[in-house]
Amino acid sequence: MKIAVCVKHVPEGTKRIDPTTKRLDRGGEGALNPFDANAVEEALRLKQATGEGEVLVVSLGPAKAQDALRKALAMGADRAVLVTDDAAAGSDLVATSRALAQALERENADLVLFGQQGNDSDGAVLGAAVADRLRRPMVSQVAEVTHADGKLTVKRQTEFGYDVIETQLPAVVAVSDAINEPRYPSLKGIMGAKSKPQATLSADDLGLTAEVVGVGGSRTEVLELKAPPSRGESRKIEDDGSAAQAIIDFLTEKRLI
Amino acid sequence: MATLVFLEHHGSELLKGGLGVLSKAASLGDDVSGIVIGSGVRGLADEAGKFGAARVYVADDAQLEAPLPQPRVDVLAQLVRDKGADSILFANSVLAADTAAGLAARLDAGLNWDLVDIARNDGKLVGTRPALQDSVYVEVGWTSQPRIALFRTGSFDPVASGGAAETEDVPVQLEDFSTGARMVEQAHAESEGPSIEEADVVVAGGRGLGGPENFTLVEGLAKALGGAVGATRAVVDAGWYPYSTQVGQTGKTVSPKLYVACGISGAIQHKVGMQGSGVIVAINKDPNAPIFDFSDLGVVGDVHQIVPKLTELVEQRKGQ
Ligand SMILES: Cc1cc2nc3c(=O)[nH]c(=O)nc-3n(C[C@H](O)[C@H](O)[C@H](O)COP(=O)(O)OP(=O)(O)OC[C@H]3O[C@@H](n4cnc5c(N)ncnc54)[C@H](O)[C@@H]3O)c2cc1C
Ligand SMILES: Nc1ncnc2c1ncn2[C@@H]1O[C@H](COP(=O)(O)O)[C@@H](O)[C@H]1O
Repeated sequence: MKIAVCVKHVPEGTKRIDPTTKRLDRGGEGALNPFDANAVEEALRLKQATGEGEVLVVSLGPAKAQDALRKALAMGADRAVLVTDDAAAGSDLVATSRALAQALERENADLVLFGQQGNDSDGAVLGAAVADRLRRPMVSQVAEVTHADGKLTVKRQTEFGYDVIETQLPAVVAVSDAINEPRYPSLKGIMGAKSKPQATLSADDLGLTAEVVGVGGSRTEVLELKAPPSRGESRKIEDDGSAAQAIIDFLTEKRLI
Repeated sequence: MATLVFLEHHGSELLKGGLGVLSKAASLGDDVSGIVIGSGVRGLADEAGKFGAARVYVADDAQLEAPLPQPRVDVLAQLVRDKGADSILFANSVLAADTAAGLAARLDAGLNWDLVDIARNDGKLVGTRPALQDSVYVEVGWTSQPRIALFRTGSFDPVASGGAAETEDVPVQLEDFSTGARMVEQAHAESEGPSIEEADVVVAGGRGLGGPENFTLVEGLAKALGGAVGATRAVVDAGWYPYSTQVGQTGKTVSPKLYVACGISGAIQHKVGMQGSGVIVAINKDPNAPIFDFSDLGVVGDVHQIVPKLTELVEQRKGQ
């Protein structure tokens, strides 16, 4: 089975929106979106279970998104494709899904996997958008996947509990962050990652013009940044062995016990 | 301005989220239509009229029985092509998010998600979106039409205005790929334990507990405080605790007098289910965990150390 995993490079640590560009500040260090490690892990497991195939990781992002891809390669993915272009900066859902779908179209994978959400965007929306462009069945919020007889059977969580859904392949699936425990890259994996195939594609390579990627291809805009509503007073303490007592005192003060 | 609101249903009831969005849209003075998509759902259309819909489109077809998004994208895209719509609004849910995102791609229409409000400023629609763990509020807009919006759970209460809607059937024509996923077994209501929605105290556990066996810590504290046990989706998905205890966007919304979060990071989707609690106490070993941003008392420490001691102290107190 050929599996493509969409992974995102996200700023590490506390994130901020740049007040002038009104975009996420991607200036500092970045990392593989932690939710996407689960998708990479699931791909590696599915490949192992079928005993053959390829795991390919795909990202749209700045040149340094290569770091996120390399982490996925170190975990065991076979090959990476980075779509990177100054023209693609500032892409919203409409533009991002178009660029990724275009890159994925060329690969024609049996299964495209997504993580649960970007930890910077909290969207959990990209998988469904890409699936529509690829014209493939898709299931999100997936807590379990089994592959048999050329079909996938998945468990999806909704507001009403767990559904069992079957889908033909090729398909698109977005997994939950509890589907597995992602492996840590081994030293050998980290060393080996450097020599694995890593392709870079520009918007031009994918036949994408400025009208369909980046700001030109986006349909939403950020108008203004505001301070969040202020919260009431809150206290924070560090446990030095007396935290349990401190909680009791607090609950007593609030007349909760 | 023509606005279309996606009205999700479960069983024979329209969900509150969609009716709340409908009421909000009607309050903006728009020409608001609702759409109900499913099988055997014609009877639900009347209900929508009471909450501000002038018109309710009904897509009723056996193929639409299962709550899967892609057939719904087909129906909505067709309707927008036939009748036009300036805005298409959704109350968040797993089904709604996937439908809205698929529709955005199909129509090349802008989607703003996780909105908590929408208003018209100088004739322009502006959404309010808390971003980056709610640390900043962003005002967002759309640069073309139709505009698609997905609202955070609980953003608007349904307001019954007592109107009546006219109903109109819409054609159902599905793409091949839209029926490639098939419902094998739809979730049925799990037999509920003691309801966590009614409890005065909820003690909730997350992945920080380290394993299902450690839920006994949370259960012990809940028992001592006379409360119920809650859980995050991460531990429910991992099979550590039953779905009926899940708090958050895809679980229950609780508002006890006291909520104790043990080993929970405080993701937005968890927050929306418990932020209405009277007092929130959080124990987490990571000083930067987002849960501390909305706790009344935050304790940086190890749940395995603190929770057993706390339980003991509460019990001592009760014994006095
Ligand atoms: C559409 C959608 C719907 C969702 N719906 C829900 C929902 O309804 N409910 C929900 O909860 N989530 C929901 N989620 C998932 C949510 O985004 C998070 O993934 C989830 O809430 C994380 O659960 P957690 O806090 O248990 O785990 P984690 O995020 O892994 O957090 C564990 C925390 O425990 C701390 N910790 C570790 N060890 C210890 C220790 N020994 N002592 C103290 N602290 C420790 C860590 O510092 C960490 O902060 C949803 C996501 C999506 C995309
Ligand atoms: N720029 C990107 N490149 C590749 N994959 C992405 C990108 N952004 C998001 N994703 C994928 O889409 C999922 C959901 O992201 P989002 O809808 O932004 O929360 C992530 O977990 C990733 O799998």
